[in-house]
Amino acid sequence: MAQHQVNYAASGGLPVALTTVDKLVNWGRTNSLWVLTYGLACCAIEMMASGASRYDFDRFGVIFRASPRQADVMIVAGTLTKKHAEFIRRLYDQMAEPKWVISMGSCANTGGMFNTYATVQGVDRVIPVDIYLPGCAPRPETLQYAVMLLQKQIRKRSIFQKPKPKRLV
Amino acid sequence: MQQRNRLEPYFENLVFERDDNHMVINFGPQHPSAHGQLRLILEMDGEQVAKAWPDIGYLHRGMEKMAENMIYNEFLPTTDRMDYIAATSNNYAFALAVERLLGIEDKVPRRAKVIRMILLELNRIISHLFWLATHALDVGAMSVFLYCFREREYAMDLMEDYCGARLTHSAVRIGGVPLDLPEGWLERLNWFLNILPEQIELYEGLLSENRIWRMRLENVGVIPPEMAKQWACSGIMLRGSGIPYDIRKEEPYELYDEVDFDVPVSETCDSYGRYKLYMEEMRQSIRIIRQLIPMYKETEPQLLAHVPEYISAHKEDIMTQNYSLMQHFVLVTQGMRPPVGEVYVPTESPKGELGFYIRSEGEPYPYRMKIRAPSFWHTGILQDLLPGHYLADVVTIIGSTNIVFGEIDR
Repeated sequence: MAQHQVNYAASGGLPVALTTVDKLVNWGRTNSLWVLTYGLACCAIEMMASGASRYDFDRFGVIFRASPRQADVMIVAGTLTKKHAEFIRRLYDQMAEPKWVISMGSCANTGGMFNTYATVQGVDRVIPVDIYLPGCAPRPETLQYAVMLLQKQIRKRSIFQKPKPKRLV
Repeated sequence: MQQRNRLEPYFENLVFERDDNHMVINFGPQHPSAHGQLRLILEMDGEQVAKAWPDIGYLHRGMEKMAENMIYNEFLPTTDRMDYIAATSNNYAFALAVERLLGIEDKVPRRAKVIRMILLELNRIISHLFWLATHALDVGAMSVFLYCFREREYAMDLMEDYCGARLTHSAVRIGGVPLDLPEGWLERLNWFLNILPEQIELYEGLLSENRIWRMRLENVGVIPPEMAKQWACSGIMLRGSGIPYDIRKEEPYELYDEVDFDVPVSETCDSYGRYKLYMEEMRQSIRIIRQLIPMYKETEPQLLAHVPEYISAHKEDIMTQNYSLMQHFVLVTQGMRPPVGEVYVPTESPKGELGFYIRSEGEPYPYRMKIRAPSFWHTGILQDLLPGHYLADVVTIIGSTNIVFGEIDR
């Protein structure tokens, strides 16, 4: 992060580190992605497993929150049904900007194997999605990789530019 | 009744603004300790629940309807997504129902039976560990969650070594199992069985005599035996009420009549008694698997039943014999055609009685498939169980019923 262009010894040993505001803010954002647990079905179990002892999501600064007001990322883990669709939209709207969405598993991406009258064929019909994560159910490593990709995406963002409005599919 | 405006919240016959002292609280469907998508509408009298309405259907994916448009083998992976914590027990219940419909239950090779039973009991351990982890987390014991998941991962590794999947196993086929146990698997299983009893003691040491745990569980969620029967409880919910009923003992399937195990029963009828039962059941599962390991070594290597009209022949036969290849082609493209008839087969899944009812009209697709999932009944009982309890106990009781929403809504 820091651009070590200052010779500390030469400038009287001042503890100065130069950086840009973008980098500083993005550094903070990427390393404390608090996640809204949106466990809907099977993938929720893998999401819990990635938060538990072996996979230890806390290393990424990912802490599961139960409230949308405290969360930055929504991990939609599982099948979204038409009966539930309005709730996911409401919780998404309750999250504070900046916010991101990871769609975890085939059901959340496209409806997966459940091409029926009851299932929403992909959460991107209801809320905008940043990262699609394939698998049925994806392994915890896959979820962690998705979070790393999201961090990469966030690092590219400048805080002075207005982000492009996210669109539904 | 149709909803008028989809963006406005809609509650059936429910008035949130009330004139008396009662308050109506909406719990879920997205609540971290609702174990999925349970929506509870609670009418509160102060801190106490006066009335409770469980509302389900938020994970209804139309599985029973899907089954009517799928050939039998095609539907098997869908059963994984029902009780996704112990997927093999669903696969097995479905496979057993179809086998009984076809009348080939006796033709399943002994090795397949032993492997199936090992997997079933391993799944029971996985499910019970998961139950303890989430239940303890809901009640407030975070460290138990981490400990339980540590051991659960070892069991998941075993499942992964066997079938390649961590969660959605599809490890059972109609007529047997697809694969033999990999090399060294039994040694790893043995290692796991050796470390598990110590770990169970660790959990019990953390919880059983813990004052907070006992205060939150004892005399909470008391289900009298009559109520358990009225609500068609099964599994631990029934045995926790002092009724010794286990389908593995009552109507033994597979080789359960050849192994020795006890059915623990608790007379206390409360959440604490059920917690004790879960711990004891894990020990019994270990005991069953220990007996199965020597049985496996004595069996012949055949894995799938030899019934050419329903089940594809061995790969080698398909590659060398024309007729086997033709039959295999027909079975894959059109599916097996069971005789006309209907069948209901109950099995003891980790949650209770899991049964498949299949009505066949002689076509490759079932005419109707009804899934009797234990969690559905255990959710229904909440409306009788919750009134009189405090709001904080609601989470304990939901945890103690061990419900899974993939199974309830299907």
